[in-house]
Amino acid sequence: MRNPLNPAVVEIKPSGIRKFFDIVHEMKDAISLGVGEPDFATPYHIREEGIYSLEKARTHYTGNAGLPELRTEISNFLNRRYGLSYDSKSEILVTVGGSEAIDLAIRAMVCPGEEVIIPQPCYVSYEPCVILTQGVPVVIELQEKDEFRLTAEELRAAITDKTKLLVLPFPNNPTGAIMTEEDLKGIAEICVEKDIIVLSDEIYSELTYGYKHVSIASLPGMRERTIVINGFSKGHAMTGWRLGYACGPAEIIKQMTKIHQFAIMCAPTMSQYAAIEAMKNGDEDVAMMRDSYDKRRRFVVHELREMGLPCFEPYGAFYVFPCISEFGMSSEEFATRLLTEQKVAIVPGTAFGDCGEGFLRISYAYSLENLKRALDRLRAFITKLREEKANA
Amino acid sequence: MELAMRILESLDQNARLTAKDLAVMLGEDEAKVAAEIRRLEEELVICGYPTLIDWDKTDKHQVTAMIEVKVTPQRGKGFDEIAERIYQFDEVEAVYLMSGGFDLTVMLRGSSLKSIAEFVSGKLAPMESVLSTATHFVLKKYKEHGIPLVQRQEDERMLITP
Repeated sequence: MRNPLNPAVVEIKPSGIRKFFDIVHEMKDAISLGVGEPDFATPYHIREEGIYSLEKARTHYTGNAGLPELRTEISNFLNRRYGLSYDSKSEILVTVGGSEAIDLAIRAMVCPGEEVIIPQPCYVSYEPCVILTQGVPVVIELQEKDEFRLTAEELRAAITDKTKLLVLPFPNNPTGAIMTEEDLKGIAEICVEKDIIVLSDEIYSELTYGYKHVSIASLPGMRERTIVINGFSKGHAMTGWRLGYACGPAEIIKQMTKIHQFAIMCAPTMSQYAAIEAMKNGDEDVAMMRDSYDKRRRFVVHELREMGLPCFEPYGAFYVFPCISEFGMSSEEFATRLLTEQKVAIVPGTAFGDCGEGFLRISYAYSLENLKRALDRLRAFITKLREEKANA
Repeated sequence: MELAMRILESLDQNARLTAKDLAVMLGEDEAKVAAEIRRLEEELVICGYPTLIDWDKTDKHQVTAMIEVKVTPQRGKGFDEIAERIYQFDEVEAVYLMSGGFDLTVMLRGSSLKSIAEFVSGKLAPMESVLSTATHFVLKKYKEHGIPLVQRQEDERMLITP
């Protein structure tokens, strides 16, 4: 029989997190700090709109780009929160999660051989999406000394005459890093000068602490060269509804909509109705959840520092990214031993790029009790490692 | 938001947080947080730290009743004096002044139907200013203080996700 597979797909490495997931899956009683989604259930008034839409038999397709009312509300939301202004009819596309929007944007823009700059550590999907379009991923290894922000110097050094797109994943999963307005200005200037398009993945934009999120699309000269990806999963605790969106110049959104139309048709209808409620009446929920994450963020950073694990203060998302290099083992080895010896599941930094080596991603989207229990076990584990090292 | 409000909102959800925990979680100095809690206690903004217990899940027999009470307010003192006379009894868990068709809601806790009935007929109804009572027994508690008592939401998330 002939090879049924496309070698380009076969060659893509499975997500590093997947491998760890398989190990964790075997352990029934492990406690976890490894989840990349909110611990909150979707607020009930939003769920109730989803239920109501089913009662009303709204079980059909919507238009390809999404319900007009939802796009209007998204447009209002982005304006209210980040000062962005997008035409709801031609510049907003509702997608199946932010993930689909990332895939569409890359497929709509990247030609074979064109380079896409990806700052790592980052979410796992950018690189494979670029490879599938036969584009060339160019990785920038972000530095702990910069608190894992992208610097203008790093960007300038990575640009060649083949560079087309910059992926800008902030607030960042897995590091919790954010980019301030000052940081973004330096990046924006280079993008304008070198004519580079930006794919700004702002899925965690509602979850920043002490700093208000700034979208690079709001800076001079950037709106026409930026696709903003956002969605409902993180800020509104709606991961399972699978709903996100992309905003940008009409000519790009139009081509993304074309792919979406052929591949997906439309995002789930009941999720779209629920999302209208989230956009209209969800700001208070988000504020409550943000405040709750902020308390847990401070708690986890404090505990990690108390046990002598260095970590920079993360101002976004719901992750802390402590350094474990003192133990002289790889992140994966550390995470695997922690899992087998103390039954705590934490994702090794390398799941998000090679430069995550020496780090762990700790999620604080858990109850305080769960955090305390898991951190106690982590403390016991590293105390043992330090004793082993002292006796060696 | 001022510190007192941030402390109160945190304790409202979890009274077991220590001043140290609160200081870390609010990004404040521990001594300052402890002093603020002391002040709130002294000023009776914080009146106590009871635990939310679902006694139905224990062997202890307990009956809760809500009594609607109509009373005659007293000149110069309104409802306060009669309310105080009622709330001093140990059986009384809560007393609220109400708008609408009756004046006071009295929440009672007793070991049996009989003990509640005795309290109402023996102590409450005979009071001079009490005009009438209507007793409603609680059959099942579903939610108290914002917390569902009936079922716990399990964490159904996968252990590891990107």
